[in-house]
Amino acid sequence: MSQSEDFALASHDLDFYYGEVQALKKINLEIPQHRITALIGPSGCGKSTFLRCFNRMNDMIEGVRVEGRVLVEDEDIYAPGVNLELLRKRVGMVFQKSNPFPMSIRENVNYGPRMGGVRGRDRLDEIVERSLKQADLWVEVKDRLDGSALDLSGGQQQRLCIARTLANQPGILLLDEPASALDPISTAKIEETLLQLKENYTILIVTHNLQQAARVADHTAFFMLGELVEFSDTTTMFTNPNEKITEEYITGRFG
Amino acid sequence: MPVSDSPQPLVSDRKGLAPGLSGIWGTALATVLILLMLGLLLWIVAVNAFGWFWPVPVWQVEERNGTVHIGAEVGREAIPGPDGAEPFYRLQFKVGNRDLDGRDFVWIDEAEIRSKGRPGDLVRIVRSEYGDAFGRIAGATSSDGGAVEVGEPDVLAEFLAAGKNARAERARLETRLSDARRPLTNLEEALDLLERSANAKTASGQERVVALSAEVEKLAIELRPTLDEIQGGLDALAGDLAAAHLKLVAGDARFEVPLSNVIEVSWPNRMGFAGKLAAAVRHGVLFLVTEPREANTEGGIAPALFGTVLLVLLMSVAVVPLGVITAVYMTEYARHGFLLRLANQAVNNLAGVPSIVFGMFGLAFFIYGVGGSIDRAFFADRLPTPTFGTGGLLWASLTLALLTVPVVVVATREGLLAVPRSWREGSLALGATRWQTLRRIIIPAAMPGILTGLILAVSRAAGEVAPLMLTGAVKLAPSLPVDGSAPFLHLQRKFMHLGFHIYDVSMQSPNVEAAKPMAFATTLVLLLLVVLMNLGAIVIRRRLRRAYRGQSV
Ligand SMILES: Nc1ncnc2c1ncn2[C@@H]1O[C@H](COP(=O)(O)OP(=O)(O)O)[C@@H](O)[C@H]1O
Ligand SMILES: [Mg+2]
Repeated sequence: MSQSEDFALASHDLDFYYGEVQALKKINLEIPQHRITALIGPSGCGKSTFLRCFNRMNDMIEGVRVEGRVLVEDEDIYAPGVNLELLRKRVGMVFQKSNPFPMSIRENVNYGPRMGGVRGRDRLDEIVERSLKQADLWVEVKDRLDGSALDLSGGQQQRLCIARTLANQPGILLLDEPASALDPISTAKIEETLLQLKENYTILIVTHNLQQAARVADHTAFFMLGELVEFSDTTTMFTNPNEKITEEYITGRFG
Repeated sequence: MPVSDSPQPLVSDRKGLAPGLSGIWGTALATVLILLMLGLLLWIVAVNAFGWFWPVPVWQVEERNGTVHIGAEVGREAIPGPDGAEPFYRLQFKVGNRDLDGRDFVWIDEAEIRSKGRPGDLVRIVRSEYGDAFGRIAGATSSDGGAVEVGEPDVLAEFLAAGKNARAERARLETRLSDARRPLTNLEEALDLLERSANAKTASGQERVVALSAEVEKLAIELRPTLDEIQGGLDALAGDLAAAHLKLVAGDARFEVPLSNVIEVSWPNRMGFAGKLAAAVRHGVLFLVTEPREANTEGGIAPALFGTVLLVLLMSVAVVPLGVITAVYMTEYARHGFLLRLANQAVNNLAGVPSIVFGMFGLAFFIYGVGGSIDRAFFADRLPTPTFGTGGLLWASLTLALLTVPVVVVATREGLLAVPRSWREGSLALGATRWQTLRRIIIPAAMPGILTGLILAVSRAAGEVAPLMLTGAVKLAPSLPVDGSAPFLHLQRKFMHLGFHIYDVSMQSPNVEAAKPMAFATTLVLLLLVVLMNLGAIVIRRRLRRAYRGQSV
């Protein structure tokens, strides 16, 4: 089933430091295109840090240092002169805690395009409709687009955040435990959305929930104490892991 | 259901105060005390102010020696008797009629009073000169010299109404005259400046002076008929008004009040409650919308009210950008470190500097420094008369802005820091620039904080007087800072201010005693103004908060 794979994201000998503390150690990983890749591992092992390297959200934190190379579609994004706004449009991100802006649903969804310079009510409305449909939220909100986004339920808010990210047509989607605060039904909806998006998007998802990884991911990477322990296709990872420690984690003996 | 097996029962049967309750009582007591004091302050101010607007009876008092006084009773005080004997009382009456003997008030020992009553025919006349007059109307002369039958209420009312109309007409004509003359005045001013300017001596300058003079002359000739017509009407009215007068009797004194001076004639002893209420409301409104007279001891406070509002508005316009930019820089851009801590300290300490020091700074920096430079650069031809190099609205509002900027910075910083990190991250992750994130997400979300800062700034600025005395508030400004001649808003002009007005009326007035109620009424207006401005800002802030409900902003 796996043909010769293209890589959308890659890290080469990636070291990451918060001040003196090293959070990532020599990470070498290539994320295949148009697949869902899950990052798993005990908390504090560096999954979020790794994820946030791909859209350089770590830049906001004072005193961080990056060594090695991080590639997005073969471009080194830590090279000097990289356009951060363009990078973040191409590499969208959904956060653990949903963070809709205190605006209407419509304004939330077309925020990215508007900031990117897209003008015209019709064009923006088109984008809003397409994105909300992709995130499977259109039917629920199409009659209240101008209502406040803060009035939506938790699950709807998170899907709104996905729609908001999709509005930029990013190509690559980073999700940091997007369903960790949601009920099972909302979680299922989001997983369904991700599976539909897979055709056109490369998806990298951090999850604490191993069943979730097993359900949606094509490939899974297991992190531990800032190191990449194992990376393989999900079936192998969950049935026949190479490393003993992976097996211990998957069978729930720690973490 | 499992019940917690803690040894302590949830319902206590202990008698007396629960632990911590005495502390609560203490704070409650303190709060009540503060509220009581606030209430007392408001009460004193309001009673004194309303007492002034409310028509009081006019008494006729006859002393044992036969002297008769007519006036309003305004005070009663005890004089201790010689070595422990019963104290006796004396009464203070406002008798007005300052044009007769120069005094507004008389003190009469209670024991010396033979009779005291309030006949219905006693009048109080509010005059545009010499303050109030009290007495009886004994007669009146119309403008053509004929006697008016004042015994007939209808005739008298008609006579007074005609006078009122004539005064209104006079005011209207005066405005028309100055409006009609404005183009000429402007042109004359320009000519005056040109003649005094340095290059008036040059050939081209001379040429322009000649041209402008010709233009002035031409316009003067053009306007002459109109101006003459209005002036003619005014002269006729003035003649009529001056000729017509009321004859008044108060005790032994007989005197005349020209109709041109009469603002209002009232018979307070005949008024019912409704009449008094209407009169009080009318007095209150007049107080707000008319200009002061008689060295600020009579009339209204319109220019001071206007000056205060304009000053605070200009201050707000200056302080919000200044404070917000400072706070945004300190919060969003400055690197954490020594300099930021220093700046923070400076802002905090600035709030503790006595306001007169800011006044001194405004005088030294804005007026002598900046204003002086502006004058040398742009108004050299008017020197040594200063234009901007003297106190004025602009410098006063900038000084106030400086005085209040710390509270705006502190409140805005708090607002900015309270904006959830997730909103910033969300915006940046969508490809927005830092500036877009600031403008679209952070500043709007920090708006309640900014408005809180503005509210505090306005409260402080509206009540501040000391720095204004050094930077442009005056007892009597010749003209309002806003008028019909370009550029309409004259920022260099001196202005009147409620706070300064209170000080002036109660301390610097030629007739402190008579002006006391006026000082209280002005205080009440200032208080209400501050409350009103705060309420406005609070309403806006609540609207904004509702938009961000559920978030910790
Ligand atoms: N802003 C930060 N400053 C300092 N240390 C951090 C910061 N964020 C995360 N860390 C540390 O880096 C390590 C990895 O964190 P993270 O990537 O959030 O782990 P995970 O997402 O796998 O739970 C942890 O030890 C954490 O304490
Ligand atoms: Mg994490």
